[in-house]
Amino acid sequence: MLEMTYREAVRDAMSEVMRRDTDVFIMGEDIAEMGGSMGVTQGMLDEFGAERVRNTPISEMAIVGAGIGAAMAGMRPIVEIMYQDFTTLAMEQLVLQAAKHRYMSGGQLKVPLTVRTQGGAGWSPGAQHAQQLEAWFVHVPGLKVVFPSTPEDVRGLLWTSIYDDNTVIFFEHRTLYPMKGPVPESIEPIELGKARIHREGEDVTVVATGRLVHEALKAAGQAEAEGISVEVFDPRTLQPLDEEALAASVMKTNRCVVAHEAVTRMGYGAEIAAVVQERCFDYLDAPIARVGSCFTPLPFAPVMEEFVVPHADDVLAAIRRTVERS
Amino acid sequence: MEMLLIRRFEEKVEERFRAGELPGFLHVAIGQEAVAVGVCRALEESDVIASTHRAHAHALAKGMHPNELMAELYGKVEGCSHGYGGSMHLYDVERGLLGANAVVGGGLPMIVGAALAFKMRGEPRVAVAFFGDGATNIGTFHESLNLAQLWKVPAVFCCENNHYAESTPARQQLPIEDLTKRAEAFGMTAMKVDGQDVEPVYRTAKRALEHARSGKGPVFLLTETYRLTGHYVGDPQVYRAKEEVRELRKTQDPIEHLRARLELSEEEWEEMDAEAHRLADTSVEFAKAGTDPRPEDALRNVYA
Repeated sequence: MLEMTYREAVRDAMSEVMRRDTDVFIMGEDIAEMGGSMGVTQGMLDEFGAERVRNTPISEMAIVGAGIGAAMAGMRPIVEIMYQDFTTLAMEQLVLQAAKHRYMSGGQLKVPLTVRTQGGAGWSPGAQHAQQLEAWFVHVPGLKVVFPSTPEDVRGLLWTSIYDDNTVIFFEHRTLYPMKGPVPESIEPIELGKARIHREGEDVTVVATGRLVHEALKAAGQAEAEGISVEVFDPRTLQPLDEEALAASVMKTNRCVVAHEAVTRMGYGAEIAAVVQERCFDYLDAPIARVGSCFTPLPFAPVMEEFVVPHADDVLAAIRRTVERS
Repeated sequence: MEMLLIRRFEEKVEERFRAGELPGFLHVAIGQEAVAVGVCRALEESDVIASTHRAHAHALAKGMHPNELMAELYGKVEGCSHGYGGSMHLYDVERGLLGANAVVGGGLPMIVGAALAFKMRGEPRVAVAFFGDGATNIGTFHESLNLAQLWKVPAVFCCENNHYAESTPARQQLPIEDLTKRAEAFGMTAMKVDGQDVEPVYRTAKRALEHARSGKGPVFLLTETYRLTGHYVGDPQVYRAKEEVRELRKTQDPIEHLRARLELSEEEWEEMDAEAHRLADTSVEFAKAGTDPRPEDALRNVYA
């Protein structure tokens, strides 16, 4: 097995696809000479040239819209939106255009566009550079939403997303970019809509996404020392959701905790909880617990940010709460 | 003939809507026929267009059969979007209609993208966006023109300036009179033409398309036109004087201009008009005889 950082894995997937397929190109702000504000596209300009690694003006509506049009015309564009906060500037194009052309055309058109973006707190960027907005997108029929948590998953899922015939909103977590992990020698595509169980357990299922997968794994380690066996379940693809695997896991453990970095209220976790109670009500031994950020914009001061955003301790507390109920 | 067909088709749409047969709401292009036909006739078959909420004229001018269009307005499977779209979401991908768009300015960015794809693949095709004067105030217009000019993509931005953004007159929504200045601000070639006269529209559109196709970059094509009806079918038009509409109908009707140009005998004109009426009538019969989608068909086509 090779080892790669999450950042390298994203770059490797894009580069591999671009080597074999001239219909794939990438557009975004600061992605060429600078190599992307997160360094993800470093070196790609040298390999693929400025036609296929296109630096753009700061112009999210037009970049996303141009991606939509190029996709309709038969290309498979990748658009990088520097921060997921800035997807708000392109919401009309994503929600009213990309998500709906296939439907409104009665199946005539497809929009195979991949919109990569990143976010995540933990470095005091303040309120406009680190939100987790996945709940906004999973609510839109026509969009697929992917949020990988490991180098292996980000590599395999990005490949599949680029080759998917729908618009995929592909979330990366900023704090995971330097994380190293094993990856297969050559890329193994991972099917969208398939969850991954990172750790098997008997007493409680923690459904976690992005950075919280790693927080959940930490919490699971601590819980084990207390005699609690935790299963860590990562949907990886938020839309479509792997409901079968989710239900199977909760039916086995009889308890469920949902953990994400996004604001808890009205978050993705609320939908997970709803699906779990619909499918597994008779199997549940405790109320489903939710872990997420407080209902505030992200504060700047490190002590306040630390307070607002969830960590392993919060997941552990939820695990204990849930297991103690029964 | 195409212009006359559009006129009779739109009149038929108004009639059937008032009779309560058509669901939703509708925008007709009565008065703007010469722009649609002049521009679309100048296109090559492989060129693509994006239309607006006022889309019937563009669709017919790009070659859609009136039966397919009317069937869509009736929500039938035989419609151009199989009942999933409606008046503001007409598609005919095979003929290069990449969609009418109910969002003002919503179709401009994708035209930049389609044009970019043509350029990257070395295909001699042009992508054309239609939009109104109201759209020149929205962000997508400015971002799209900026990007198109920066990347010199083969696109034509055809502004149908009918002097009203829905109900709002130019003086309340545009701080400048000459909209070509907006394109010139991006360094883009701008052309301007009387949109009520189909021949100059065709000639100017040819030049604009040629410019774009030859790799010289995009063109802003401003057509001065007039909406001889309300914004939507049933619009009481409280925002403009009845006298204004009467005057426009007298002096700015593109069909009358066409008639003067063609120098046909009364008889020949009547014959052509009868054919246009017949096609419009037939489209209604076709649509009414069409198939309703099954309710559960609503669940299809969400994903490819």
